[in-house]
Amino acid sequence: MTGPDARPAPPGGRPAERRGRREGRRRGSGWITAILFVLPALVLFTLLVLTPILVAGYTSLHKWNGIGPPSDFIGLDNFTRLLNSDIFIGDLRNGGILVVLSLVVQLPLSLGLAVMLNQRIRGRALYRLLFFAPYMLSEAITGVLFSLILSPEAGLANRLLTSWGLEPWSWLSEPDTVLFSLFLVITWKYFGFHMIIYLAGLQGIPKELHEAARIDGAGGWKVFRYVTLPLLGPTVRVSVFLSVIGTIQLFDLVWILTGGGPSHASETMAVSMFEYGFKRTQIGYSSAISVAMFLISLVFALGYQRFVLRRDLEGASTTMGDHR
Amino acid sequence: MIARFRTVPIHVIVWVAAVFIVVPFVYGLFGGFKTTAQLSENPLGLPSPWVTENYTDVIATGAFWRQLLNSLFIAVATTVLVVFLSAMAAFAFARFAFRGREFLFTLFAIGLMFPFAVAILPLFILLRTFGLLDNPLGVILPQAAFGLPLTIIILRTFFRSIPNEVEEAATLDGCTPFGFFWRVLLPMARPALATVSVLAIVASWNNFFLPLVVFNDPNLWTLPLGVQQFQGEYAADTAKILAYVIVSMVPALAFYAVAERQLISGLTAGATKG
Repeated sequence: MTGPDARPAPPGGRPAERRGRREGRRRGSGWITAILFVLPALVLFTLLVLTPILVAGYTSLHKWNGIGPPSDFIGLDNFTRLLNSDIFIGDLRNGGILVVLSLVVQLPLSLGLAVMLNQRIRGRALYRLLFFAPYMLSEAITGVLFSLILSPEAGLANRLLTSWGLEPWSWLSEPDTVLFSLFLVITWKYFGFHMIIYLAGLQGIPKELHEAARIDGAGGWKVFRYVTLPLLGPTVRVSVFLSVIGTIQLFDLVWILTGGGPSHASETMAVSMFEYGFKRTQIGYSSAISVAMFLISLVFALGYQRFVLRRDLEGASTTMGDHR
Repeated sequence: MIARFRTVPIHVIVWVAAVFIVVPFVYGLFGGFKTTAQLSENPLGLPSPWVTENYTDVIATGAFWRQLLNSLFIAVATTVLVVFLSAMAAFAFARFAFRGREFLFTLFAIGLMFPFAVAILPLFILLRTFGLLDNPLGVILPQAAFGLPLTIIILRTFFRSIPNEVEEAATLDGCTPFGFFWRVLLPMARPALATVSVLAIVASWNNFFLPLVVFNDPNLWTLPLGVQQFQGEYAADTAKILAYVIVSMVPALAFYAVAERQLISGLTAGATKG
């Protein structure tokens, strides 16, 4: 498709009249028409997606309690404070731990289940429906449900532990392990999403390839390792990307389950930002956290596109090739 | 026979995963039918006796229905707005060659990388300046804005797949670009529109962070906000909170049952193009 240049006639094109001026007029009015179609989306996008990033950049250079215009310019002080803050460093560490847990536990688990459900086993449609159901729930509802399940005395988790003769556990109030409890909830909520993506990817792999590998004498594991996994590569790389970006902005579940506690042990950047911005009205400092989150996402996204997704863009998923 | 036995470990693993998923749902569902005292003695078993009071109380409160309607209104308004604006933009990106097209499209595509949480504080400041706090538009407009990139990308791909001949024929019949867009392209794009609409509805329905900072007035709260506040209010009455949680899940799960196909196709399209 050479594209819209090949459009045959101008808007409302009535043939035969003003043939001479038509070429020029079409270009001009075509541009205006196109811009008119894009403009409403562009205005909304600029105003509410791009501007906030700039506003955050501006306010992050000020000491500001949010009342009146920001006037107390302090340069990069908010950022030096950020880098010297144990809480912020802790946020980075917590985010890092959650990312690692997701990549080495949650995603392999999703992949394994997807491979199993891709076989013809009884009830697989039901399993698929079931595993995906938690993804449909809002994080807030999930958070409230699990805060009851994990609550120290009457909660289901501890009732089960004691009924099996085990000690009850402080799921959400033990600084050393609270992240694992959080990760448990994250896995409950999200593994079905990754599983569904993998299943879609698996269904795109021609059955003949597996058969050919089996005829060549490859066993189940070898078929998975040398046929399935490489062909699933693009899907896996996208799911890793979504998982990391999702973890960077994690807020709802943490806020409802732990509020970032005990003593910041489960705090994420977004929770710190909310805490400083909306509870303590240190808008400047909170903006600096927003900017840091933005930069981290941006560096990750660009680096990932550049070094990891590039191969996919050149080959496998051709739909992307033409707009990057 | 051998094939049957080979799948036994698979069945066991899948079954364990299914139990892990189901138990919280069952705990909530049955828990809502117990008194809180019953719940702490018998957390997972069937209620005895069955207590319907928690559920009837929740359904009888105006607050629940108001939150439901608020969620619904915001989701529908967001979806209409984001799908309409995205369709227009995607039409231009797909079927016009104009100067700056690639630049503008890249600008939108970059938007995919902005986590919503990054913008929430400056958004709050902007909305306060525009006087949109405690106003449904304060949630609808930003949600629509953040939904634009993915919606535009999915729709553009679809619009490109419609053959040029269709447009040529329409133009010869005297269609203006808008006429073609409105009377020919949109009706043809119904499956793609359904897909992006479902994604927008779900994203809006589940949003918690933005309503949390925009709405102070309880009359404007959406369901996620309402559930969280309800927990704060009835902290001691676990069974009642469970009933509220379960009732709040119903619309989302019902919607999932109805729109599963569009949802899955949208998510996988989003994942491979995002």
